[in-house]
Amino acid sequence: MTHSSPHQPRPLRVALVGNPNCGKTALFNQLTGSRQKVANYAGVTVERKAGWLITPAGRRVQILDLPGTYSLHATSPDEAVTRDVCLGVYKGEPAPDMLVNVLAATNLRLHLRFALELRQLGRPMLIVLNMVDAVRRQGLEIDVPRLQAELGVPVVTAIGIRRRGAAKLVQALDGPMPPAPTPLPEGTDLHAEVRRLMALCVRRTTDRNPRLDARLDRWVLHPVWGMLILLGLLFIMFQAVFSWAQPFMDLLQQSMDQLGAFVGTLLPEGILRSLIVDGVIAGAGTVIVFLPQILILFLWILALEESGYLPRAAFMLDRLMAAAGLSGRSFIPLLSSFACAVPGIMSTRTIQNPRDRMVTILIAPLMTCSARLPVYALLISAFVPSRTVLGLFNLHGLVLFALYAAGVLSALVVARVLKRRDTEEHPLLMELPGYRLPGLQSLSIELWQRARIFLSRVGTIILTLSVIMWALSSFPAPPEGTTGPAIDWSLAGRIGHLMQPLFSFIGFNWQICVALIPGLAAREVAVSSLATVYSVGASESDAAAQLVPLLSAQWSLATAFSLLAWYVYAPQCFSTLAVIRRETGSWRLVWISVFYLFGMAYAASFLTYHITRFFTG
Amino acid sequence: MRLNELPLHCQGIIDHVAPLTQPDPIARRLEEFGFVPGEPVTVVAYGPFGRDPMAVEIGFTRFALRQSEAARVVMQDTSRTPPAAGALDPALHTISPDSLEDA
Repeated sequence: MTHSSPHQPRPLRVALVGNPNCGKTALFNQLTGSRQKVANYAGVTVERKAGWLITPAGRRVQILDLPGTYSLHATSPDEAVTRDVCLGVYKGEPAPDMLVNVLAATNLRLHLRFALELRQLGRPMLIVLNMVDAVRRQGLEIDVPRLQAELGVPVVTAIGIRRRGAAKLVQALDGPMPPAPTPLPEGTDLHAEVRRLMALCVRRTTDRNPRLDARLDRWVLHPVWGMLILLGLLFIMFQAVFSWAQPFMDLLQQSMDQLGAFVGTLLPEGILRSLIVDGVIAGAGTVIVFLPQILILFLWILALEESGYLPRAAFMLDRLMAAAGLSGRSFIPLLSSFACAVPGIMSTRTIQNPRDRMVTILIAPLMTCSARLPVYALLISAFVPSRTVLGLFNLHGLVLFALYAAGVLSALVVARVLKRRDTEEHPLLMELPGYRLPGLQSLSIELWQRARIFLSRVGTIILTLSVIMWALSSFPAPPEGTTGPAIDWSLAGRIGHLMQPLFSFIGFNWQICVALIPGLAAREVAVSSLATVYSVGASESDAAAQLVPLLSAQWSLATAFSLLAWYVYAPQCFSTLAVIRRETGSWRLVWISVFYLFGMAYAASFLTYHITRFFTG
Repeated sequence: MRLNELPLHCQGIIDHVAPLTQPDPIARRLEEFGFVPGEPVTVVAYGPFGRDPMAVEIGFTRFALRQSEAARVVMQDTSRTPPAAGALDPALHTISPDSLEDA
């Protein structure tokens, strides 16, 4: 199918462009399905999404999904990319053959203005009137042929979230190239032109009725109810991650156990079997088990994002963020950082103010990312009794909530300190998009991309580290006839013993010190490293389950809490540091992050350890 | 009167946007969002802490903005009797040019 014959013409290159919230991404996912490639634009850190479509007539079309923008007067790096690509001046990105301008039919007044601005460029252009189904529900009717005639640009309708909802667009891409429109005279008032078009082409069919948005916003933006809804949603999110994922995790665990046992019977006793079963399967297995939790978290965040709720949460929290010197805009990158700081830091690109952006990047690692969950989960189930509190909440969930809260509060304090000399105005000004049901297809494509990233991490970094850990803790082997644990003789044991004096002040034993090392590359590996160090998990991947009784017997409560506190702060993830470097282009900021986070981690663990010891004796 | 002084659930007509600095990117963005002379705007909600930020509606679009941002939007004097609020269609949003001239 991808084979191109010499007679085939050059593929058509089109760019999807439109306001934020015009449903462009759903349309893009619908058009290209899984034939997508996500990369960065050369020189800047703005995500470049491109995909392929093959029309029924066999025409190959490359579709570029440009970042959403309200105008060609860019106020952020994202918007600058869109402007430059549309103008055809972006270096390394040839001008698209045609601009496909996506308009939300439900929000025509706002989106038409940008369409007119694009039209002024005088480039071949096609307008897609998206979400036409929702317009009827608004009691409005759009005269599409009239609009097309007035604009002098072909207009097709689409329903981005419905199957085959983009059929007319695909059909149009098969047809001849539309002629370039003639721009309006210089200095035309585009708002006046929008009004004229609206008056001509939009008609009310039924009486206006209170819209869904208006009714929902009465609750969601309410000072009291809105706050309760927000807290409720966040709380359910944490409970879901902890309890709904369990059956799936059990299932994965069983399959990994069976795999380990099966492979164990195939291989002869010896180094190779130990490497495969204890190093590879047990190592990767302990981490793969957390896939359901990570997916549930991402599903929740993606659904909130697509439903239009996230900007409302930013609205509710803006004043609190302002107290920390930030704007509600920082809320979305910070919330994404709960899944993983890497996409979170990448999404700070939507923050226009450079200083706001820098501070948001610095505090993003304090948002508890999903990779910390395995460690939290292990320690909580080992040291916190599973009890129901107030007949409703699980004590495990409450402790988890407290750990998340500690990260958030510290982040606010750090931001406040970093911004204390700052007097500039920080804009919030943003659209509150209409509510909509997240499209299943779009959600599953996005979720699949996250799952792939996670699994490829398991396949590469985590697997490598598991094997290195296995080697470090297996060699050199103890001499014949010695008693005591073999790990004491190994390299890992020696490194752990070397680190221990520094960490003894915060209650870490040498086993923890050993597990911290691979945790630097990927936090979640700490669990499997502990399993290796305590030599459990041989031929079985449910290391976490086996570790629970061991740890609760060997560690004091103070040590466990100290390690939890360490994990709230420690910058133990090279990918986060790498993305900070990439997004800011500065090593200085990377070193600042490393030192301040390690400093806070040590201080917090020190305090936690000694306070817990004081109370538990 | 400024937009940030408009009471909850009340509708007003925008007179103009007053830039605070030259150039004022926030004022420009407001205009791109459709905060332009003659446009009816309704206050949808005030934030939970100190009435800040506020949410307003123009046509079918809702925006969140801080008090300082809303203070750039100057509202028409109500004594100039704009068309009755009920006569404005939030979707078609426009007042006919004639009624503007009458005012």
